Amino acid sequence: MTPHVLTRSLDRSATVFLLIVAGLGVLIPLSNLLLPSGSMFQVPTYLVALFGKYVCYAILALSIDLIWGYCGILSLGHGAFFALGGYAMGMYLMRQIGSRGVYGNPVLPDFMVFLNYPELPWYWYGFDMFWFAALMVLVVPGLLAFCFGWLAFRSRVTGVYLSIITQAMTYALLLAFFRNDFGFGGNNGLTDFKDILGFNVQADGTRAALFILSCLALIVAFLICRAVVTSKLGKVLIAIRDAESRTRFLGYRVESYKLFVFTLSACMAGVAGALYVPQVGIINPGEFAPGNSIEAVIWVAVGGRGTLIGAALGAIVVNYAKTVFTSGPLAPYWLFMLGALFILVTLLLPKGIIGTFNAWYEPWSAKRLNAESAAREDGISEPKPAE
Amino acid sequence: MSPPSTYSCRGRNVPANFLDRLRAIVLSFFLIAAFAVPALAGPFEDAVAKFANDEFSDTDEAIGLIASSGNALAFPIISALQDGRLSADPESKRVFVTGADGKIVDAATGAAVASLPAGASAVRLNNRLRRAVEAALGSLTLLSPDPAKRIAAAQQVFKSHDEAALPVIDGALAKETNKAAKSAFAEARAAILLYKSDASDAEKLESIAIIKARGDQEALALLTGLGSDAPPLVAQAASSAIAAIQSNLALWSMVQNAWYGLSLGSVLLLAAIGLAITFGVMGVINMAHGEMVMIGAYTTFVVQEVIRTSYPGLFDYSLLMAVPLAFLVAGALGVVIERSIIRFLYGRPLETLLATWGLSLVLQQAVRTAFGPTNREVGNPSWMSGAFELGQITITYNRLWILCFTLAVFAILLAMLRYTALGLEMRAVTQNRRMAASMGIATSRVDALTFGLGSGIAGIAGVALSQIDNVSPNLGQSYIIDSFMVVVFGGVGNLWGTLVGAFTLGIANKFLEPVAGAVLGKIAILVLIILFIQKRPRGLFALKGRAIEA
Repeated sequence: MTPHVLTRSLDRSATVFLLIVAGLGVLIPLSNLLLPSGSMFQVPTYLVALFGKYVCYAILALSIDLIWGYCGILSLGHGAFFALGGYAMGMYLMRQIGSRGVYGNPVLPDFMVFLNYPELPWYWYGFDMFWFAALMVLVVPGLLAFCFGWLAFRSRVTGVYLSIITQAMTYALLLAFFRNDFGFGGNNGLTDFKDILGFNVQADGTRAALFILSCLALIVAFLICRAVVTSKLGKVLIAIRDAESRTRFLGYRVESYKLFVFTLSACMAGVAGALYVPQVGIINPGEFAPGNSIEAVIWVAVGGRGTLIGAALGAIVVNYAKTVFTSGPLAPYWLFMLGALFILVTLLLPKGIIGTFNAWYEPWSAKRLNAESAAREDGISEPKPAE
Repeated sequence: MSPPSTYSCRGRNVPANFLDRLRAIVLSFFLIAAFAVPALAGPFEDAVAKFANDEFSDTDEAIGLIASSGNALAFPIISALQDGRLSADPESKRVFVTGADGKIVDAATGAAVASLPAGASAVRLNNRLRRAVEAALGSLTLLSPDPAKRIAAAQQVFKSHDEAALPVIDGALAKETNKAAKSAFAEARAAILLYKSDASDAEKLESIAIIKARGDQEALALLTGLGSDAPPLVAQAASSAIAAIQSNLALWSMVQNAWYGLSLGSVLLLAAIGLAITFGVMGVINMAHGEMVMIGAYTTFVVQEVIRTSYPGLFDYSLLMAVPLAFLVAGALGVVIERSIIRFLYGRPLETLLATWGLSLVLQQAVRTAFGPTNREVGNPSWMSGAFELGQITITYNRLWILCFTLAVFAILLAMLRYTALGLEMRAVTQNRRMAASMGIATSRVDALTFGLGSGIAGIAGVALSQIDNVSPNLGQSYIIDSFMVVVFGGVGNLWGTLVGAFTLGIANKFLEPVAGAVLGKIAILVLIILFIQKRPRGLFALKGRAIEA
């Protein structure tokens, strides 16, 4: 009998990871809202927003790990899907400002009044409704990834070629979004948000709720990823990663598998971006910079490629380090640190933190298990059941 | 015939007496010139003294007389008048020019004067006089001894086609010996005749022919400004000339775009060629390639700094010295990188990409720490600055030199790959690494040298780019994506692919720019490359082989 998809996808470390995320998702907002400010255990609001940002990055890292760790697709343009999701959410938030903007125009966002737009461009229609914006958060990155992947995988663009053209894709989007006449606020991007679903985005309660939502999204994304990679589909993905041609010769439609997982991953990145924007309060074309996408890849490499938990962990560890370094006197050395991290991780820690830990832990635990079973055998001397 | 109170000149009404006066100036000038009367002290001094009367009408007369005097002091006096540096003493009727350097001379005699007399005050001008001064200066420069100034003045007349300048132009044309100046005068004369109401149709047709031969934007503006009231024959000739000039200009703008494209292509080729070698031979994507370019540019900066402080005379040779130095510095750095990082990552191209990206961050930050985050000044040697005209387009020497330099580097590299032992080994490793190793080629040595060579060429590219771009720590980043596009488009394993790729992208970019704008053109190119990769996943010139996965 095949076990249920959920129980099959949850091993012990996955359960521990989910419990930690859920625990933080409950404890941090509670401590922020219930404890008096100034208390030792109270988490200040700015930290809630900061942790929320890390959690969004963790979702982005998960989405990259799904395609890179399990299917061997190194996308250097995943920041583009993240930013597109962010822009979809940002457009909703801009429309929510209404007549409270500097120019007081009930329909047009401030930057459009400033740039003399006569009316709302057609692609801004519908973004005053949350459900539409939420749909677009999934559809826009998903559609772009589908079209891009359909073209790329069908003609068997693989390896570094694929990496380079994904980088070109995000670079082209960067250039496009920097333009004022593109209708997304040019280099200033979208900012100055007021409300989300009627709640003030700056309020403590809203921030706590957004944090809880981000943790929930991380949990759901993790479960989806685990479900994918532990299914039969996941086995084929790993086969593609390790020997693409051989998998194709065995009769699998490699491009369909790749296309599915690439699109799914882009949708996850879009969700991460959508949750990121209200917590950070701004989205601008800088998010499309190729450097950002490559940085996201290194989070996965640091945590451990192909481990899912490692990706999330890497995103949080690297970004925490970034916050510490760039805000202190060590700021000029951050790029040295980051660069050294890229080099050292690829050279010395190719499996990342989790992978290295597993490599060290598994033989040890296997030895312990063997010892236990050996002791049992000695004591009871039962015939070993056939495997 | 009594003159009308105003003339219409280029749509503006000009006071009649202004044109009359101009004629008077010019006529009197020619009378004097024709009789070869030497600049007598008397009339010139009298004319100068008129400035001291402090009457606008006398000043007007004085300007006319001085401008037509042919005296060497005429130009300084009139230009001093324009700048308010001419002062007059009403008591002694003496007039003084205060030079731009503060020296004071007597306007009539040119003798130096210690200081201005107590009663002296600046000669006043009104708007009418200011125009007279400008016209006088214009006709004075038409006869300037410097041919470049004469040509500039003639161009000015061509644009203004002021009838009053016709006698001067005629006179100047008659005795002009400089070929360029002569044709400039002829064009100016044609422009005047074309607009002159009492010129004959034959004269006008001849003028149109001359203007058509000039064939640039200004000639076009002149002809289109002719209006519909011209005689039918002239109007017809003008419209056919306009059509001819327009098609000619369209052709030249194509040539211009092609030249810009070639120039951009040469820059792309220079930046991409090293990348193509390392990618082709080793299958390694070197994200730090742009930083090698940057290091080459900073090497140029250091060389120029040393020359500036110690051997200023050698400045013109700075680039010649920088080229081998940049090759050595970047090449040595490349070998070090290969030995210390890349060689541990063979067979893992994606990891190499990440490690070299990290390396690029480190190198950028190191240069930023050492040289500061701002742009550094790298000068053009004299043989690289300036420009020349080719038909209707301007070609700057630095772009031309970079194109030549790029082609030279390409040729040397091609020869090296073809005729040297290292080149043979590199080609063997590119085609089949394991077979090459089996044949006794030390592939790891080839790898190190290839990486060094690719980096060294990037360093040379930096020397060239320092001449046309800002030398800052971000220099390399702005080229890296374009270089990748060239390599991916051109295909690896064949340098000709890189050449064709670079020039195709450069020219396509420059032809799209006027249509779509700079940014949209670039986006269009990126999208086109992404689509192109679908058709030919291994680029234009893919290496043929039997391997399933290259």
